[in-house]
Amino acid sequence: MSHPDHTSAVCPLVLDQVQILKRDEHGVFCPLFPPLERSITPGEILTVMGPSGCGKSTLLNWISGWLKPEFKTSGDIRLGDCSLQKLAPEKRNLGLLLQDPLLFPHMTVGQNLAFGIPQSTKSRTERKDRVRAALAEAGLEGFENRHPDTLSGGQKARVALMRTLLSKPKALLLDEPFSKLDENLRDRVRHFVFEHARSESLPTLLVTHDQADAALASRYNSSPETAIVHLTPP
Amino acid sequence: MADPLRTVGKHTALPSRKSAANDQQLLSSFSGGKTADGFASPWLRVMPGFTLLLFLTPILLGLLGTLLPSFGYFPALNAYDLHLEVWQKLFDMPGLAGSIRLSLTTGILATTLSFFLACLFLAAFQHRNWFARVQAVLAPLLAIPHSALAIGLVFVIAPSGWIVRLLSPWLTGWDLPPDLITVQDPRGLSLVFALVLKETPYLILMGLSIAPQLQQTERMRVAASLGYSPMAGWFKVIFPDFYRLMRLPLMAVLAFSLSVVDMALIIGPGTPPPLSVLVLRWYLEPDLGFRLLAAAGGLLQLGLVLGTLLFWFATSPLLARALRNSLTNGKRQILERLLPKVSMGSLLLLVGTALLSMISLLFWSFSKRWSYPNVLPDSLTTRTWERQTDTLIDLGLTTIILGLAASCLAIALSLACLELEKQRNRNSGQGSLYLLYMPLLIPQVTFLFGIQILLISLGLDGTWIAVIWLHLIFVLPYAFLSLSDAYHQQDNRYGQIALSLGHTRWTTFFRVRLPLLIRPVCFTLALGFAVSAAQYLPTLLGGTGRITTLATEAVSLASGGNRRVVSVVTLLYSFLPLLAFALALLLPSRLYPHSSKQNHANDHEPS
Repeated sequence: MSHPDHTSAVCPLVLDQVQILKRDEHGVFCPLFPPLERSITPGEILTVMGPSGCGKSTLLNWISGWLKPEFKTSGDIRLGDCSLQKLAPEKRNLGLLLQDPLLFPHMTVGQNLAFGIPQSTKSRTERKDRVRAALAEAGLEGFENRHPDTLSGGQKARVALMRTLLSKPKALLLDEPFSKLDENLRDRVRHFVFEHARSESLPTLLVTHDQADAALASRYNSSPETAIVHLTPP
Repeated sequence: MADPLRTVGKHTALPSRKSAANDQQLLSSFSGGKTADGFASPWLRVMPGFTLLLFLTPILLGLLGTLLPSFGYFPALNAYDLHLEVWQKLFDMPGLAGSIRLSLTTGILATTLSFFLACLFLAAFQHRNWFARVQAVLAPLLAIPHSALAIGLVFVIAPSGWIVRLLSPWLTGWDLPPDLITVQDPRGLSLVFALVLKETPYLILMGLSIAPQLQQTERMRVAASLGYSPMAGWFKVIFPDFYRLMRLPLMAVLAFSLSVVDMALIIGPGTPPPLSVLVLRWYLEPDLGFRLLAAAGGLLQLGLVLGTLLFWFATSPLLARALRNSLTNGKRQILERLLPKVSMGSLLLLVGTALLSMISLLFWSFSKRWSYPNVLPDSLTTRTWERQTDTLIDLGLTTIILGLAASCLAIALSLACLELEKQRNRNSGQGSLYLLYMPLLIPQVTFLFGIQILLISLGLDGTWIAVIWLHLIFVLPYAFLSLSDAYHQQDNRYGQIALSLGHTRWTTFFRVRLPLLIRPVCFTLALGFAVSAAQYLPTLLGGTGRITTLATEAVSLASGGNRRVVSVVTLLYSFLPLLAFALALLLPSRLYPHSSKQNHANDHEPS
C-alpha cells in the first residue's frame, strides 16, 4: 500500500464525505455530525468549531489514526490521492500538535527536536545542523541541552512545532494547541504556527473553541467564507 | 478501486438517531475507517493469550494433578480407580480437625487484626503532615521476606530471646530461660503476631495507594466542615468505599494467612500444625501413599480458603447494614483520645519488633559467644561470615539469577499485554487478564504438588526452567498489578506524538514509553525480585533439592540449625530484596533524571 512519503510533493488534505457514529449508553450508534466534505489545499487552514462532544477531536483522532473502538466511520480521508484510512498512524505523515506541547521529559530540547528528524537523514552533522537551525527559527538558540521542564509554555509550544516540522509532515493537525497559553502569548504563538504552516505549504486542520484562533486562521484560507466548519449534531 | 463506503456517504441521506440504530445495512457501511484497535501490532495481539497460557496451564494442570490423586488416581502407584477412600482416610487422620481449626483461627485473626490496625492508623493519622514519611518507614518492612522476619522474631520473643534477656534477671528473676511457650505455641499466637507484623504495613501501603481514587482530602475537608473529627470522618465518609477498593488486597492477605507454609514452619505450632504444614509433611513422607493424602489435604486447604473468603465477603454486607445507622447517627467523634494512641502504640510495637528482629539477627551473626541472660554477645567475631562465604555466594547467586529471570520475564509479559491495550486505545487490565490474580488466592499447597507431577512428566523437575517458571507464576500478578496503574496513568499522547513523527511502534516503545516508565519498571523489577526471593515452596518442589536458594536454606536451617549460621543466611536473605528496592529508587534518577516530570504543559509563559 502506498503511503505519503517524505519526498512526495505537497498535496491537499481531503475529507471526503466523512462521518462518525458513536455508540451511546444504550448501544445505539448515532451520528456525531452531518457528512463533511472539504479539501484543504497546501498552506491553507481549515478551522473546525463546535460545542463540546460534537466530534471535533474525534475527527482529528480518526484522521491521525487514533479513533477509539466505540466509533464507526464512513467516507474517506486522503492526502492527495492516497487514502489514509488503512494506514497505521506512523505511516500517515501527519504532524500533530495537541493542547499540551508534550515534549518528552526524559530528553533535552535538542534530543526532542532530533527525535522528529526522519531516519533517512543519517549524517550526525546534518541532524545537528537541522536542530540548530530549528532552534534559531524558534528564537531559542543555545537551548539544545536544556530540559523541557526549564522552558516556559510559549517556548515549549515553539519547540513542539519545530519538532513536528522537522519530521517533514504532509499536513498539520492542530487540536486546540493554544488553549493553555496566556492570552498575550497566545497571539504570538498562533502567528508563529500559522506562518510556518503557510511557509511549509502544509494543509492544516485546526480544531478550536477560540474565535480569535478561527478569525486569524480564516485569513490563511483562499475563501474565508468557507474557512470555518461548525460541527453540530444532526 | 471504488470504495463502497464513499458511495454510501455521498448518496445516503443523513440517518436520524433512532433510524441509524435500526438500519443494520446502513450501519454495516460505517466500518471503513480502522479504529486504533485495528492498528495494534499483530505480534502483540497474541501476548495476552500467550501470557495466560504460560501462566494458567501449570496452575490448571497442577490443580488437576492434585484433584486426581485425591480420588485415588495415581499412576506412580499403579492406582487407576477413582474412589473416595482417600477422603475417608483424610477425615480419619488424627489431628486434622485441630489443624483446620488452627489454620482458621490464625488466618482470620491475623487478617482481622492487620486490617483493623491498618484502618485505625489511616483514620487517625492520614491527615497529618508527617504521614507521607510513613511510607518510607513501612516500605522496607515489606521488602523483608516473611520467613526472614519470622526467624528474626523467634530470636526476639523466644524464652531465651532478646526481650527476656532485656528484662532478666533484674526484673523477672529468671537466671535460666523460662519454661514458657512463646514461639510455636499451640494456639498459634506467635504465628498470628508474625503475620500481623508483615500484613499491617502491606495493608497500610495499599490503603495509601488507593487514597487518590477516594478523593480523600476533599471528602475529609467536607466532613471536617460538618464538624466531624478526623477519626469519625474517616470511618463515615471514607471507609465504605475504602473497604470496597481494598477487597483484592484483603482477599490476598486472608488467603495467604490461611495457607502460609514457611512462616508456619518457623514460628507456628508443630502438634498439630496448621493444615498447610500438615499437608506438606504428608507430601514429603518417603511413603508415596501419603501423596494421595497430601493431594486431598491440598484440596481441603483450597476449600478452606475459598469457604472463608466466601464467608468473609458474604457477611460483609450484613455487617455494613448493621453499621449503616452509625453513618447517620450524627456522632461527630469516635474515641478520639483513645484510638489514635492505640493505633500509634500498635504500629510502634510492630515496627519496633521488626527492627529488633533484624538487629538481633545481626548480633547473632557476629557473636562468638552469647550466653543467657546477657543482653549483648560476650564476644564478637566474623568467623561465621567467613566460614559461610562460599555457601552464601552460591545461594545468593542462585537467588539473584532466579529473581532476575522471573522478574524480567514477568515485566516483559506484562508490558506486552499493557502495550497492546495502549495501542488499542483501551484501558489496561481489562478482561481475562484478571485471571492473573489467581495465584494470590489459591493456596500454594493446592496446585504446586500437581505441578510437580507435571514437571516430572516433562522431565523438567529440578531444572532452572522449572523453578523460574514456578516463580514466574507468583511474580507475574505483582508485576502486572504494579505496572498496570503506571501504564494506565501514562499520557497516551506521548506515544501518539512519537508515531505522528513517523517513528515505528518499537522506537516509540523503547525511546518514549519505556524511559517515561523507568521508575515503575525498576520498582516492579525490585518487587518481582523480592517476591521471587521469598518463594519457599515453589523452589522446594520445583528445585527438588537440586536448586536451593536463600529462602529454602533459611527455612530449613531455622528448624534447629546453628543460630549464627541461621542469622548469616537470613540476613543476606533479607538484604537482597532491600538492595533491589534501594537500586530501584536510585537507578532511574541516574538513567533519566527528568523522566518523572510528566510534561502536562499547564504552565504559562511568564510575561
